[in-house]
Amino acid sequence: MRIELIRRPERSTTMAFLSPLLAIVLTVVVGFFIFAAIGVDPFRGLYVYFVEPLTTDWSIQELIVKAIPIILIAVGLALCYLSNNWNIGAEGQFTAGAIAGSALPILLPDVQNFATLPLMLLMGIAGGMLYAAIPALLKIRFGTNEILTSLMLVYVSLLFLDWIVRGPWRNPQGYGFPGSVDFSDAATIPILVEGSRLHLGLVLVIVAVLAAWFLLRRTITGFEISVLGQAPRAGAFAGFSRTRMILLTFMISGGLAGLAGISEVAGPVGKLDVVISPGYGFTAIIVAFLGRLNPIAILVAGFVLALTYIGGEAAQITLGLSSKTANVFQGMLLFFVLACDSFILYRIRFVSKPRAQPSGIANASG
Amino acid sequence: MDTTVAPSVNQMSGRPTGEPTLEAIGITKDFATLRANDDINLSIRPGEIHALLGENGAGKSTLVKILYGALQPTSGEIRWKGKLVVISNPAAARRLGIGMVFQHFSLFEALTVAENIALALTARPSMSELKAKIRTVSAEYGLPLNPDSVVADLSVGERQRVEIVRCLLQEPKLIIMDEPTSVLTPQEATDLFVTLKRLSSEGVSILYISHRLEEVRAICHHATILRHGKVVGECDPQRETAARLATLMVGAELRELATPPLIEETAWVRLAVRDLSLPKPTPFAVDLDKVSLTVRAGEIVGIAGIAGNGQDELFAALSGERLARDSKAIVFNGVASGLLDITARRKFGAAFVPEERLGHGAVPRLSLSGNILLTRHSTNDRIVRGGVVFSSEAREVSDRVSEEFDVRKGSPDPEATALSGGNLQKFVVGREIDRHPGVLVICQPTWGVDAGAATTIRQALVDLARSGSAVLMISQDLDEILEISDRVAVISKGQLSEPRDASKITREEIGLLMGGAGEAAHAH
Repeated sequence: MRIELIRRPERSTTMAFLSPLLAIVLTVVVGFFIFAAIGVDPFRGLYVYFVEPLTTDWSIQELIVKAIPIILIAVGLALCYLSNNWNIGAEGQFTAGAIAGSALPILLPDVQNFATLPLMLLMGIAGGMLYAAIPALLKIRFGTNEILTSLMLVYVSLLFLDWIVRGPWRNPQGYGFPGSVDFSDAATIPILVEGSRLHLGLVLVIVAVLAAWFLLRRTITGFEISVLGQAPRAGAFAGFSRTRMILLTFMISGGLAGLAGISEVAGPVGKLDVVISPGYGFTAIIVAFLGRLNPIAILVAGFVLALTYIGGEAAQITLGLSSKTANVFQGMLLFFVLACDSFILYRIRFVSKPRAQPSGIANASG
Repeated sequence: MDTTVAPSVNQMSGRPTGEPTLEAIGITKDFATLRANDDINLSIRPGEIHALLGENGAGKSTLVKILYGALQPTSGEIRWKGKLVVISNPAAARRLGIGMVFQHFSLFEALTVAENIALALTARPSMSELKAKIRTVSAEYGLPLNPDSVVADLSVGERQRVEIVRCLLQEPKLIIMDEPTSVLTPQEATDLFVTLKRLSSEGVSILYISHRLEEVRAICHHATILRHGKVVGECDPQRETAARLATLMVGAELRELATPPLIEETAWVRLAVRDLSLPKPTPFAVDLDKVSLTVRAGEIVGIAGIAGNGQDELFAALSGERLARDSKAIVFNGVASGLLDITARRKFGAAFVPEERLGHGAVPRLSLSGNILLTRHSTNDRIVRGGVVFSSEAREVSDRVSEEFDVRKGSPDPEATALSGGNLQKFVVGREIDRHPGVLVICQPTWGVDAGAATTIRQALVDLARSGSAVLMISQDLDEILEISDRVAVISKGQLSEPRDASKITREEIGLLMGGAGEAAHAH
């Protein structure tokens, strides 16, 4: 028996909707066997991983806090990917934004007024944008592959962060530990609901999702993004500029990643630290695809991926599993999402017998 | 070649007799819901040049692919010299003695003729042996060819000879030729016909696929006509008129084009190109060399030429997808446009239709109303206002174009790729004409579309010109050029000949210019 992929005459809207759900189901099923293989009761494993985090207020808040940076970044990446530009370096732009925005409370700790935080956010956005402009300009000017350059710049930014928080920006009262001074209240993202951990970032997320949705659906710029992404030659014929689009989408995604970065250090982290992200910039790539590059769906997908982080932490504590478990689940999820997406354009056909007989003259009597 | 099969009569009259070389009986092929071939019977006799006629989408390619082993029929059988065979792949077809010359050549540009041929042979003779063989065969069949030439240096006609010689070296009994003259000058086509007659006189059968009725009438012994996947008739094309064959193909009388005479002879120049030179953007492209021409209000100027002689480069320069080096090199409606981008040129009343429908003129996976936006986002104030797209306005234009140009579609606003070639072409042309542009530059307006759609499009071009616009049409279809152009120029190796009055130029003269005769007169 042979399996063939047959191109569908039109893309299947049912599958476009089912594909992410199917991917999640497959991830859970495979996760079941992985738990069994490493000697953990699979039912208990899946419960701890996927259900328990949703049972307490505290963990649901934690879920939202984790989802905020992921969704912010993923929305920007979606615009980038739709235009056929492959920014893989959001983690680096996140870091660049965090460093740029932190300059204010670290270098001028006495400036504490109503403008401090907005200024920090703007500096964070600018930092991410400028850092994303590097691979964009390299692509425009020299035709370099943006996947490689943007990815390599991640490591540059992480090493720079490591150096700066151990060196020039280290807290003098920090007993020699790396990390900057703790940010003042004026330099910290406000909490939305007293006594919770939900911060202003959630509002930024909702604004970003709605703005991206409007941009894609209703504006000529959104139209340019999809035309240049799908058919570059038709885009040029329409008079749309490829170089402008490379720069624009990289700057938007870099800016949003930078905003996520500064919101993270000015919020849950509270200072510029050696490690400020568990890989949000990479997880956001998975979220962008799980949300099929649609801003509204990305909002949902962001919570699914945030769950793998919380579940991973819970599994580490309760079941004594490695902290890398979360990476395994995220990897499987991306794998299945991309695989299931094939069914939108193709369907499977099982061929029971080989159709083509050996060539030559058949000895049929008819 | 094969001397055991004696060809009988063959002097351009009467169909050869004898047991058929190949017989296809009841061939049916289904693709999901579409029946591409429906109970087709075809019988090809030894030494016969057998025409397979039909519009695009009639099922010709499907049938040919089945005969060449590239597709398997859903039902039906194939008999080769009377014996039932299963042709499971092209290699099996070649082993039986079926060769094919494709419309689009499959040659490696960087290799020599001999190397290209060696790649295709199953047996591996030594290079010197092979070269000698190529020389013999090419001399014998009037296909002059140097085995040591690099393919990149060959003309299109010569490349076709390589394909034919490659095919002949396998000593086929049946050669399938898919639109062989579509890339040739009239002179090259005449040479090809001599070769085909020679082959036919030796008992080799030829299945000749074409939509050029005149040449089918000139060289084919027998014709099978397909429509909607079925055989609708068989005839001796030499005894039918071209009009009768066309009627059989289309299934209805073709509408005559109404071309009222050109009204004003001193009308203002709407498009002027002066000494436009542009170096080639890639190694396999063509330099534009001092191209000059004018198109006046009310007229259609046709640019003939063999593919790959600078048509694409000229279109890109006129549209602004590639900027000229001098703003005065291209003037639209009196505005020096050489350095303006395509959007600005559109705003000054120019419109463009490229050769490729999908991926250039239209985005395949975008709805028709989305594709309206593609070229009209800056020329129609109502569709885009303040950067915001009003899709209902785009939809209105799309519906109007569909209505006026009879665009047939399955749903109200389908993706471009869901339309057939002819309907999408009507849409893409209609999208521009709906704007009533002052200048229309159109490339291959009816390439690959059925006769009905072609008539609609040509009539629309004539009507547009006669209403006061200037139309520049770049086409490789000489019939089309002569049918609707007022003046004709020929592009060859990036140089454009002096435009001539279409009613006074002959096909032979155009053919000579296509082959490069205009270049000497253009010396600089």
